[in-house]
Amino acid sequence: MKILYPLLGVLALVLLAYAGVAGAHLNVLFGIVVPYLAFLLFLVGFMVRVITWGRSPVPFRIPTTCGQQKSLPWIKQNRLENPSSALGVVGRMALEVLLFRSLFRNLKTEKRGDRLAYGSAKWLWLGGLVFHWSFLIIVLRHLRLFMEPVPVLIMQLANLDSFLQIGVPLFYITDGLILAALTYLFLRRVLVPQIRYISLQADYFPLFLFLGIAASGVLMRYVWKVDIVAVKALTMSLVTLRPEVPLAIGAIFYIHLFLVSAVFAYFPLSKLMHMGGVFLSPTRNMINNSRSVRHLNPWNYPVQVHTYEAYEAEFRAKMKKAGLPLETE
Amino acid sequence: MAKKVKPEELLQYDFKPPRQEWVDTPVELKPGTFCWGAKGKNLQTVGFPNARDWSPTEEDWKLPEDWQETILEGIADRLQKYRSFRLFMDVCVRCGACADKCHFYMGSGDPKNMPVLRAELLRSVYRRYFTTPGKLLGRWAGARELTPDVLKEWWYYFFQCTECRRCSVFCPYGIDQAEMTMMGRELLNLLGLNTDWIAGPVANCYMKGNHVGLEPQTITSNIEFMVEDIETVTGIQIEPSFNRKGAEILFVAPSGDFFAEPGTYTFMGYLMLFEELGLDYTLSTYASEGGNFGFFTSNEMAKRLNSKIYAEAKRLGVKWILGGECGHMWRVVHQYMDTWNGPADFLEEPVSPITGTKFENAKSTKMVHIAEFTADLIQHNKLKLDKSRNDHLRVTFHDSCNTARGMGILEEPRYIIRNVCNHFYEMPEETIREKTLCCGSGSGLNAGENLELRLRGGFPRANAVRYVREKYGVNMLANICAVDRAAMPTLMDYWVPGVGVTGVHELVANALVMKGEKERTADLRGMPLPGKDGEA
Repeated sequence: MKILYPLLGVLALVLLAYAGVAGAHLNVLFGIVVPYLAFLLFLVGFMVRVITWGRSPVPFRIPTTCGQQKSLPWIKQNRLENPSSALGVVGRMALEVLLFRSLFRNLKTEKRGDRLAYGSAKWLWLGGLVFHWSFLIIVLRHLRLFMEPVPVLIMQLANLDSFLQIGVPLFYITDGLILAALTYLFLRRVLVPQIRYISLQADYFPLFLFLGIAASGVLMRYVWKVDIVAVKALTMSLVTLRPEVPLAIGAIFYIHLFLVSAVFAYFPLSKLMHMGGVFLSPTRNMINNSRSVRHLNPWNYPVQVHTYEAYEAEFRAKMKKAGLPLETE
Repeated sequence: MAKKVKPEELLQYDFKPPRQEWVDTPVELKPGTFCWGAKGKNLQTVGFPNARDWSPTEEDWKLPEDWQETILEGIADRLQKYRSFRLFMDVCVRCGACADKCHFYMGSGDPKNMPVLRAELLRSVYRRYFTTPGKLLGRWAGARELTPDVLKEWWYYFFQCTECRRCSVFCPYGIDQAEMTMMGRELLNLLGLNTDWIAGPVANCYMKGNHVGLEPQTITSNIEFMVEDIETVTGIQIEPSFNRKGAEILFVAPSGDFFAEPGTYTFMGYLMLFEELGLDYTLSTYASEGGNFGFFTSNEMAKRLNSKIYAEAKRLGVKWILGGECGHMWRVVHQYMDTWNGPADFLEEPVSPITGTKFENAKSTKMVHIAEFTADLIQHNKLKLDKSRNDHLRVTFHDSCNTARGMGILEEPRYIIRNVCNHFYEMPEETIREKTLCCGSGSGLNAGENLELRLRGGFPRANAVRYVREKYGVNMLANICAVDRAAMPTLMDYWVPGVGVTGVHELVANALVMKGEKERTADLRGMPLPGKDGEA
């Protein structure tokens, strides 16, 4: 059920878009209203979530240190895994965000008889990295639909992505990679018993959404080709805030667009917010200098303590007998 | 009791999750894996709510009428106070990278000990009451009601986490189960749901200054015994001072070290080192605890206990503070103390009186780790060391979780060991430094009644020790943590018989050639030194 319902949900979205456009001809709704609404939800929702996180203070300096601290000058510090400066933190975060440093560390623990053994486990790192980087490149490539003239950098990126020069239109490598990576991430969730055990519907739903988006995009480009000029007319009208009722574009385009809208609307409510959250994680983005620079807790308050005077009052006789110095004889 | 269970029997588990989903599996409190409930009198001493005697094995946990509101308000309050909590409630993608990193999972196969699921125990309730999808869609959005069974599940599993942070090393967002456990335990303490193994030491520490509840005269007499033992071994008489005003340095150690073997040998090591240096230091009976079981209770309680260290340093008028070998004590000193009870502007920036080294990394908190202090001494050639006195030992080093992942003191102890021992061997790299495996008894879990849990949690560490024992003949496990010294001997006897446990400064003291000492024939434990018993 955890897998079936999210799958049915995504299929329902596909059917809804198809019926809405091919059947009811609600092109304005699916081409203009829904995308605008979804984008608005995304922007507002994303900001609300990040601001909510940001409003909770970080009362203590709690980096997880993953290397040698800065202490004595002759001991080699690990500046990236245990940063003692802002620059070090920037480096640590860059490694984390761009290269998934922590996932790269992953190990597999196996029980062999009466022993535990550890093996390398880089597949999750690779699958995750391929998915996220492909996704980013695809999003950047799509900017050509929203800009006129198209910046050279975007064109170069698209050229680079299709440098294999296969087929007409040219095949984008990232199209293949993202489908492969998503398939891997899905299969892993289903086939690894522990991962299936911890998975929620909220883990399968975005996977199916992204699979649907990638698949519909691929179909639209290579199989049921749509009029790219008409698509660009629509997208340009959307970004220039002069939306026009689109000319006839194939239903597959509206399915693609509707699924993208669904991701936008769903994003702030979901685990996809890790995109913003990763930057705020106190165990990663803090300098490990808590003994050299005092960290302030905005809600630090006085607490009840047991004073030395109270202690001496209770144990005075015993302390005297033991020859301990006293404040009050 | 677990003692009677053979290791083979304890290892009858695998990592295959059960068929039934975890939300539908009610908690089952297995004997040997949990601690007794906190006694009313111990909670009362520190003014905690719902102080009463209760037993986890009974159906009725004697909760107050409005327990549910208390918990929900408690969650709301902490979401506003801690970004870590709020963020870690939201951003987990359940990738599973943490799942097989927890020593309790690795040693029991209980799926709720995967860090991700232990956090979901709390997250599911958060979703139900604090998120829109959870309120609307319930279970479809991974949400569930807060019921008495859920509360019991929290209690059972938040006291099966040693706050070791190994999971957070592997998490792509740095989600730290230690933070989750700390929040969970704070919430439970709002209802008086602590364990007595934690509540007892907290009450002791609050009233008497240390966890074990030693009164001032007992501390001094315990240390007198150690002084006698030192004289027997070295012929040198030491007279440590207590509560002495005007000393340059206040030395604070975990109280475990002046109470039970093998921690006492480590403490003897400190005393011998300071004597040889002629250090102007004093010990305190009031601030006689470096560790902090309040840290396993609530932020406020931890701060209340920790306050004594600065208060005593101020009263005695010392210049700076030196701290002994302890794990969570150093997490607290390094990451919390200055924020809670600082600024320590009545102290001076620490400078080693022997080498003149300024400890710039401690210039605000003004507390130096003894491994930093001693490593500096050795590097400046200030100690005369005879490594061969440790030749009967084949040593490996266990990084304590807190000092490794909440501080990063990795090289200092290794440098010291290499300078005082000829035979030092590292365990496999997946099990040391930032990836170190917990002893399984940290964060207030080193009780007797939960021995099976501790043996299971300590199994991954013991497994790595067994590897170096078989490969290199290792017979001594060194560490810089009092809980390790208290808990590991049992662990080693059970899983890897023949391996002893020692603090680093016991090894230092064995090798330390002191001015005017007699010829040593035995180490601090009275074991004959190599070549001195006719065997070589």
